[in-house]
Amino acid sequence: MGIGSDMYRQQILDHYKNPRNYGELEDADIEHVGENPMCGDTIKMFVRLDDDEETIEYVSFVGDGCAISQASASMLSNELQGRSLEAVRGMDRDDIIDMLGVELSPMRIKCAVLAEKVAQDGIKIHDGELDVEETTTE
Amino acid sequence: MSQQAETLDVERIREEFPILEREFDGTQLVYLDNAATTQTPEPVVETITDYYRNYNANVHRGIHQLSQEASIAYEEAHDRVAEFIGADGREEVIFTKNTTESMNLVAYAWGLNELGPGDEVVLTEMEHHASLVTWQQIAKRTGAECKYIPITDEGRLDMEAAKELVTDDTEMVSVVHVSNTLGTINPVSELADIAHDHDAYITVDAAQSVPNRPVDVTEIDADFLAFSGHKMAGPTGIGVLYGKQHILEEMEPYLYGGDMILKVTFEDSKWNELPWKYEAGTPIICQGIALAAACDYLDDIGMERIERHEAELAAYAYERLTEEDDVEVYGPPADDRGGLVAFNLEGVHAHDLSSILNDSAVAIRAGDHCTQPLHDVLGTAASARASFYIYNTKDEIDRLVEAVHDARQLFA
Repeated sequence: MGIGSDMYRQQILDHYKNPRNYGELEDADIEHVGENPMCGDTIKMFVRLDDDEETIEYVSFVGDGCAISQASASMLSNELQGRSLEAVRGMDRDDIIDMLGVELSPMRIKCAVLAEKVAQDGIKIHDGELDVEETTTE
Repeated sequence: MSQQAETLDVERIREEFPILEREFDGTQLVYLDNAATTQTPEPVVETITDYYRNYNANVHRGIHQLSQEASIAYEEAHDRVAEFIGADGREEVIFTKNTTESMNLVAYAWGLNELGPGDEVVLTEMEHHASLVTWQQIAKRTGAECKYIPITDEGRLDMEAAKELVTDDTEMVSVVHVSNTLGTINPVSELADIAHDHDAYITVDAAQSVPNRPVDVTEIDADFLAFSGHKMAGPTGIGVLYGKQHILEEMEPYLYGGDMILKVTFEDSKWNELPWKYEAGTPIICQGIALAAACDYLDDIGMERIERHEAELAAYAYERLTEEDDVEVYGPPADDRGGLVAFNLEGVHAHDLSSILNDSAVAIRAGDHCTQPLHDVLGTAASARASFYIYNTKDEIDRLVEAVHDARQLFA
């Protein structure tokens, strides 16, 4: 079997079909949207912070697109609960590839990392480093 | 002509394409991405190696034997391409990098000088970005306006709307001949008449038509016509812009430099004769010669036979895919389309579908096919597209459909 089938392990398909933490969050401290116009993948993430303003209490998302992008957002929303903003700022694409636990063909990596980029850009907006109007693309 | 002679000997043709023998994990490749690029037959590959092994030299510069041989072969390649598309001669055939560069040549050399506020460029909703983005940006720079001929529910051009949209303000009508997404075969000859009735020029994007059907620029009465070598059994890096000689003579060059000049002083320059006026610098020599070899190869098979073969495969693929309740196929019905079928499987993104098809060694394109605005009209961000060429078979389309079943099962 080729690389593609490995991409669609049960875990990925499960998160795609039954996304975790799916839905909008009314009292989010951070919310941000990103898209890959070429594929039509869109992901909007919502983050609620603890009282310390530095620890993530809860993450939710809404989105549309391919299985890789949506499963990645679902899994990431689980991963980020309880993490510090500092830790999220320091994440890179290898963390996403490790999280997904599958081999991705080069063309599909940008689907996988969109959610991470949305989260990181959302934090940048929160930090005042990025214009709120800016839409994230990967 | 007997019935036998009217069909392609696909088995014999496939022998000229060793790449089709490739296997991935023991499964033989099914190559259905021909609208993106076609494979290259042995005679064309041999032309390329023969050039580099035996007469590689710069053209139009050397008095030596190699340069003479390369120059003659390169110039004659223009003659061969002119013959292939029914042009009057080499003066009307400019070699470029690809269709996109050909479109840009028209837009920059003609559009930038001729367009201004109040002028209109009429395009279609099914334009490839190669012409859509190019005219959109030239219009912005000149103050001209772009208008788009809408498509009908069946994916054809609304010709009544076209007649309304093209007016005396129209300076250019730029239309795709065969849609790379819908497979629609547009009535370019009729559109040329409409354009000419209003003293406008017509540019035809023939990237998806010259490779697979007889195309005659004189019959169409096209003012400009663009296509690429790598979609017609030729190499990448070579495209063609056909232009009517009197228009090319009046137009200013697009690129300046060596080879496009006749005489240069510190103060001014005089342009070279056609088509070299538009081929500045060392041209695409080997690829140009190989394109002529591709024309020979295709003519030996017969363009009418190729057209029939593609129509047959497209009709078969359309019918097989529309049998599936959860597959949406875009564009006109089976009996009237170019050799490609774009579709979506409900609940499976085109990129996921393409990845899963890749497991069965079935190569298709997935995405927006460089027609994002058209996909907006269709109401989807992306689609899967199977596109056919001279070496494809109905068995391969069966493999495509089987792989679609696999994808459905995986995502169920």
